[in-house]
Amino acid sequence: MKFKGRIWKFGDHVDTDAIIPARYLTTSDPQELAAHCMEDADPEFPKKVGKGDIIVAGVNFGCGSSREHAPIAIKAAGVSCVVARSFARIFYRNAFNMGLPIFESPELWDRVAEGQEIEIDGDAGTIRVEGDPSVLRIQPIPPFMQELLDDGGLMAHIKKRLKAKG
Amino acid sequence: MGMTITEKILAAHSGQREVRPGMLINAKIDIALGNDITAPIAISEFRKAGGGKVFDPDRVVLVPDHFTPNKDIDAARQCAQIREFAREQKLRHYYEGGEIGIEHALLPEQGVVVPGDLVIGADSHTCTYGALGAFATGVGSTDLAAAMMTGQSWFKVPESIKVIFRGSLRRWVSGKDLILNLIGRIGVDGALYRALEFTGETVRALGMADRLTIANMVIEAGAKNGIFAPDEITMEYIRGRGEREIRIYRSDSDAAYCDEIEIDAGGIEPQVAFPHLPSNVRGISEVGEIRIDQVLIGSCTNGRIEDLRTAAGILKGRKAAHGLRLIIVPATPLIYRQAMEEGLLRTFLEANAVISPPSCGACLGGHLGVLAEGERAVSTTNRNFVGRMGHTGSEVYLAGPAVAAASAVTGRIAGPEELRRKE
Repeated sequence: MKFKGRIWKFGDHVDTDAIIPARYLTTSDPQELAAHCMEDADPEFPKKVGKGDIIVAGVNFGCGSSREHAPIAIKAAGVSCVVARSFARIFYRNAFNMGLPIFESPELWDRVAEGQEIEIDGDAGTIRVEGDPSVLRIQPIPPFMQELLDDGGLMAHIKKRLKAKG
Repeated sequence: MGMTITEKILAAHSGQREVRPGMLINAKIDIALGNDITAPIAISEFRKAGGGKVFDPDRVVLVPDHFTPNKDIDAARQCAQIREFAREQKLRHYYEGGEIGIEHALLPEQGVVVPGDLVIGADSHTCTYGALGAFATGVGSTDLAAAMMTGQSWFKVPESIKVIFRGSLRRWVSGKDLILNLIGRIGVDGALYRALEFTGETVRALGMADRLTIANMVIEAGAKNGIFAPDEITMEYIRGRGEREIRIYRSDSDAAYCDEIEIDAGGIEPQVAFPHLPSNVRGISEVGEIRIDQVLIGSCTNGRIEDLRTAAGILKGRKAAHGLRLIIVPATPLIYRQAMEEGLLRTFLEANAVISPPSCGACLGGHLGVLAEGERAVSTTNRNFVGRMGHTGSEVYLAGPAVAAASAVTGRIAGPEELRRKE
């Protein structure tokens, strides 16, 4: 699993109301949600973000509500993955369950500026920042979460398991 | 070594004698809950996976409480999807129209959740049921879909933090002030991935309403669950409500905790969380002069009859400040009726309050009390993030019902003591 893209930088405790405000939760259509992704943190974000871009954030990304609309909006906006110092637990769970790759890196945030390009190798567990020779290590994805990602999310994983059981 | 109450419930539901923090388990679910925002995605995932019948129609609970009464055509469409699914699956705990209450007030009240349960809900405040001595945690829609299919869910066993509240509470200090004080101390990620276990003589003296308020907001410290060991007060509350088997678990005296936090609850004054984080907490004496435009008393955090009694006690014979919008949201139809029978609704109406139907609408900036740019609200709800209750340029100050009611009278943030001093 490799990702290369331009980064958008956000601070600590980015909450789910900032990622996708509740006023848009009368739909679960990914494209409609993507049109308002991160709107209350940066109103221009839905226009600026491009396919393959990466979100880099501080601690506790995705805190607040359990709304899966948050990772859905991020994924549908074209964002390939999110790297944060830490994630709120429901967001963490939701991201793996619906197949949005996320990585924990305590260091990256301090080493990059908005608009820089980074390269993530999820298998090797490394991040490289454009113009910076050093290699950052990311926390390895726990094996069970990797299994979920490999299977294509929780529902696909369960279907596979039920099938194996016969 | 012994186990904590959280570990015991997770062990019992995963068929193991013992579990330890960090272990990944598959556990049986007693209740799986969804609402009108999260259930539509779960239902669609359930159908896509060829879900057929839910694992148990008595244990899948759907409460369309967020945009009730339907705020617009899209919201109505989401509720229609839920209604269709609930009928097709013959769900026992599905609520419509005048039966709808705010889910986390409704489920304990109706005995749907009982001590010893393992509950997941596609709503972050599902953690509320920890007040009953249940393990309850919020998940997303895909988790709900999987649980509806299989009756199981995966969990990482959390480490536990023991929170000990000591001393007796000052007048006007409630469960809301205790939990706000704790979040102020440890921060909005202070209990990330962990269980918060509440104990101490202060907690043992608290009624269920205050315990439910405390457990409700553990998510605001990032916790996986909050939990209270069941005692006489729990059993008194449960009596006559639940039909299902009650299982009492308590932490062993040699259970392991990753941290212990001891708080002198007797030293706590009414608390206010300033914008835009629930951890941005100050005592009422440190608030200063803050004019407000709206007061909301209600929600899954503070919309119970005890909260309404506190508010009515302060509002009786007084009026909301001129130009201030006071909105009261009884959390369930039963609470609404009780408030009517006890004369609280008359007090609220005489204070020029608007009495809303039970709904989550205003708390999350959906409908029934949205803030304009530049407006400020004191709210007994649980979140004050940017734009939570309306425009991104509005502000939410979180407090308990006593401060909220007093603030409604003065038109600025104030404690009830101040009202008495004036008169």
